[in-house]
Amino acid sequence: MEDILKIGGKELSNRLFLGTGKFPNKNIIPQVIKSSETQVVTVAVRRVDLNGEQENILNYISKDCILMPNTSGARNAEEAVRIAQIARAAGCGNWIKIEVINDNKYLLPDNYETIKATEILAKDGFVVLPYVSPDLMVAKALVDAGAAAVMPLGAPIGSNRGLQTKELIRILIAEIDLPIIVDAGIGKPSQAAEAMEMGADAVLVNTAIATAEDAVKMAEAFNLAVKAGRLAYLAGPGAEQLYGEASSPLTDFLR
Amino acid sequence: MTFFDKVLEHEQFDLQQFWSTVTDEMVIKSLNKQSLSDKDFLILLAPKGAGYLENMAQKAHKLTVQNFGKVIFLYTPMYLSSYCVNRCTYCGFNVENKFLRKTLTLKEVGMEAQAISKTGLKHILVLTGESRNHANLQYLLECGEILKKYFTSITIEIYPMETEEYKKLVKAGVDSITIYQETYNRTRYDAVHLSGPKKDYGYRLEAAERAGNAGMRSINIGALLGLSDWRADAFLTGLHAKYLQDNFPGVEIGISLPRLRPHKGSFQPVSTPEDRDLVQTMLAFRLFLPRVGITISTRESAQFRDNLMKLGVTKMSAGSSTEVGGHSQDNKSDGQFEISDNRSVAEVREAILNKGYQPVLKDWQYL
Repeated sequence: MEDILKIGGKELSNRLFLGTGKFPNKNIIPQVIKSSETQVVTVAVRRVDLNGEQENILNYISKDCILMPNTSGARNAEEAVRIAQIARAAGCGNWIKIEVINDNKYLLPDNYETIKATEILAKDGFVVLPYVSPDLMVAKALVDAGAAAVMPLGAPIGSNRGLQTKELIRILIAEIDLPIIVDAGIGKPSQAAEAMEMGADAVLVNTAIATAEDAVKMAEAFNLAVKAGRLAYLAGPGAEQLYGEASSPLTDFLR
Repeated sequence: MTFFDKVLEHEQFDLQQFWSTVTDEMVIKSLNKQSLSDKDFLILLAPKGAGYLENMAQKAHKLTVQNFGKVIFLYTPMYLSSYCVNRCTYCGFNVENKFLRKTLTLKEVGMEAQAISKTGLKHILVLTGESRNHANLQYLLECGEILKKYFTSITIEIYPMETEEYKKLVKAGVDSITIYQETYNRTRYDAVHLSGPKKDYGYRLEAAERAGNAGMRSINIGALLGLSDWRADAFLTGLHAKYLQDNFPGVEIGISLPRLRPHKGSFQPVSTPEDRDLVQTMLAFRLFLPRVGITISTRESAQFRDNLMKLGVTKMSAGSSTEVGGHSQDNKSDGQFEISDNRSVAEVREAILNKGYQPVLKDWQYL
């Protein structure tokens, strides 16, 4: 049976989502999309220049991909909603990744404002994928607000520090009945594989691919890692044991 | 409490004496920290720090790519008016300098905007001298309405204003402000600003905070390096940026490193930093404040700017003119200072691509 991820009425066979900021040249984006086999690409609306032929980043994204505009730059729910509306009016579809950040030092999302924006946009017919700090109560509120998925951060954006929030993400995976997409912080393919092994439904990667010496090759590496991690999850890894078999068992007398 | 109180606190501290005690071990320790304190930053600015430029550069490069990606944001300045009531000894717009002055009519603003927008640029920096008779708030609001049709981000570099005035500009579509303190040394500040409203050090210093309270999206500060001791001014600039970042977390903070350039008049700088000094300053800023934007303007030469790209710069001007009407008018006024990098926007874009970076012309969207 084919392993399909369903979000917002779309069926995805690839579980690596791609971010488009930070690339040294827009010309390599089509090759990166190809080698990553990604089906979902996120673009900051603030960077989209619909009038500039050469400058318009949308011209570099394959029409086969689902475009997921993001609200980078929004400092509150109101700005996020406005950016989402601009994206839809510009013909970017109805998917929206909500990023509300009012902290330029650590770039941590504002969960409260994100919930507000999610509710407004979901009611307005958007497929809403909110980017949040992993928190169970927040994730439950997002379910109620009509989110199509939850995108918890593994570590701060661009930090390449991996799954620092692992335990919290693990709880979201166990408790939330929506796709969990680990977004931000993943710096190496092995960390992407780890997230998938844990049962994350997908991962979103930008910095680690865009700033690699060879972005096209790194995109391929991430694609393979995500696939391997997913396969391992489906295969059901053997149980981990905290202790080895003790040579002098303490409960032997019970036999 | 404002940053003014911080300046007063630091006046009690003998920076030069401290720098003379900095050792190699101190520099190495500070440079390798994951998160740098004010003191680490001070140590990296010391003369001893100059021996570690390559180590600092490697780390600065990594931090910049990680935080901003392999991109350089582009903008260009557009001068609205060269009338000024201040007597600043180092500036071409000094009220005592005799030259053809000009304020663009609204029609001319449209023509300038159109000429600039043909280059593809979407971010504009508008500048005026300080003369409310020639460029008052109402005029600036009307300019904002025109510029909005051509650009997606408008930054103002004008005289300091009240919070309420900044709020009106934000409403009209201005999202960012650039305001240089010129020098943080109060004695020197008083000596080079002979008369005019700019003589009020505190009012200018706190303009950035008023702009933050008014809801500006980004605030760019700097000292005119060479006016006073550049190391001391660099240190205070870094602390000012950190203060703004701590107090206005939603605002993007940027630092510029302008060096004094030749201009009308005969002002002699105190100690203009050499290229190596400017690099040391920039690297220290990056290591101290990894998320802060760093701007290098066309005051610097093409070759030097190209070499700086990998050292922490995030923003560059291109196709610049410091003349009022310089982009479209035949009867333009004289410029504020001389430009070193005279390349067109297209040429600068090409140079950025050649360095393995993406030139970004649009990074904001008027909401």
